[in-house]
Amino acid sequence: MTAKKSSGVRFEPASDQSLLIYFGEKITIRAHEQIRKLLHLLEAEPLPGLRNLHPAYCSLLVKFDALKLSHEKLEKQLRKLLVRSEKIKLPEPREVEIPVCYGGEFGPDLAEVAVLCNTTSEQVIKLHSSRSYLVYFLGFVPGFAYLGELSEELVTPRLPTPRKKVPAGSVGIAGNQTGVYPFETPGGWRLLGRTPVSIFRTDRDGLSLLSIGDRVRFVPISQERFAELSSA
Amino acid sequence: MSEIEVLSPGLLTTVQDLGREGFGPMGVSPSGAADPIALRIGNRLVGNTQRAASLEMTLLGGTFQFQSVCFVALTGADFGAALDGAAILNWTSFEAHPGQTLRLGHTRSGARCYLCVHGGIAVKPFLGSASTHLLSGLGGHEGRALRKGDVLKTGSAPSRTATPARSLSSFSPRSSNNPRRAATKTLQLLAPRKVLRVTPGPQSEWFSKAAQKAFYANTYRVTEEANRMGLRLEGPPLFEGVHGDASGKAPGEMISEGVSLGAIQIAASGLPIILFVEQQTTGGYAKIANVISADLPSLGQLRPRDEIHFELVSFEAARKLLTQQEKLLASPDLIV
Repeated sequence: MTAKKSSGVRFEPASDQSLLIYFGEKITIRAHEQIRKLLHLLEAEPLPGLRNLHPAYCSLLVKFDALKLSHEKLEKQLRKLLVRSEKIKLPEPREVEIPVCYGGEFGPDLAEVAVLCNTTSEQVIKLHSSRSYLVYFLGFVPGFAYLGELSEELVTPRLPTPRKKVPAGSVGIAGNQTGVYPFETPGGWRLLGRTPVSIFRTDRDGLSLLSIGDRVRFVPISQERFAELSSA
Repeated sequence: MSEIEVLSPGLLTTVQDLGREGFGPMGVSPSGAADPIALRIGNRLVGNTQRAASLEMTLLGGTFQFQSVCFVALTGADFGAALDGAAILNWTSFEAHPGQTLRLGHTRSGARCYLCVHGGIAVKPFLGSASTHLLSGLGGHEGRALRKGDVLKTGSAPSRTATPARSLSSFSPRSSNNPRRAATKTLQLLAPRKVLRVTPGPQSEWFSKAAQKAFYANTYRVTEEANRMGLRLEGPPLFEGVHGDASGKAPGEMISEGVSLGAIQIAASGLPIILFVEQQTTGGYAKIANVISADLPSLGQLRPRDEIHFELVSFEAARKLLTQQEKLLASPDLIV
């Protein structure tokens, strides 16, 4: 099967039960908004035979029931939705503040990041917490939000060897992205601090603290405040 | 409602059903039985709907004591099961009485054995499914693998949420003199495969012709790092690997995108990793191929050191194979 190009959108089968839609080949706000608009339509009016959706930076993976749909049929339906989705107005982004205790045992890589970036730990904290980040998408594990863009001065590569265990709530950076680990998982991002707030909880409706399209700000807190919020 | 006590959990035993679809936007992968064919047949044998929750055991089975009468079937890999010392055949339903102990040992065939019980294993559903998601500690029995001393409850009736049309109202779980068995011939047609059929991956063109040829000619061996998240393979690395994408990143690295179940990604080492039921929902490695839907259950029966091959088929052929498989699974002749 060959990929078809039109209006910058490209369809590519990923498996016998999934289709990838590429909105360009670069991470752009435009691609992100196109994805959210289509996602919005598909969530409001689910197509029969559609099973799952995996949004990412500039693509959307659509999983379908291969007994009911083919790539060709699905592509046709999605192209129609894409035209309609252009008219959708996205809601104003939700602003979410995440308290972070930087450095020490919570941010074991803070000092090294400062060295790599030729600056001080204080400046790293200031740079990280002084701008608002867009939730491009959630992926990797439940509730993990890919946040961007990091200040250019903080762009650092991943750790050469990923940690086997990164504690839940750890706030890390990698490349020009930042994010919070919702669970204790392996991970190769450099850790600057930790939040006492749970990122993914099953005892509330939203489950995930963050959703695609949200705006996130990190607020530095003291160890005492961390302890207070942890026990709250 | 019956109770089953876990006397020993085995290596890794979790509650699984057919998983939870539709939560990709939250980063939640479906999880669910690693070998859904075995789970579905097991459920049919005990009069459940196909998606009822059962126990998935891995490589080494557990020991379970029944507190009340249970109608049970074991499917999937043969773990040499015995009920109070008497051998129990896989793929055949049996009645267990209060106080009786079912003991399973090491695998004699594949990787996973399913214990299905009439009524299903009752757990609080998470996002509409009983499946355990180990990495995040969600779903199943307290979000974790079973431990010694856990007491599991079974549902009082088959859960019929998925296929109410296939009512089993005439089914009597107490008819132990009338065990059900899966037809040998059909089981052979559904048997797990070591030659996995695949369709091209979204980045297969990133690999040179020689690398693609090597991928299909190579024998790969399943490593110890094979679990519900993915199966890491070893074999000749695909050195003539990836061109990399337009942004000039290192070979193999690309902008993260959604990844599908059974995606075969080539890591920086040049070796394949097959993404499995508890997969990460997005990833940044190039995918050379994707295991076809009909062969995904076979992944659930692969053990470390198993040798496998990949065979390229068309999307059309993949769909036909899945349709045939579904026909066999739905066939009334499957259960005798």
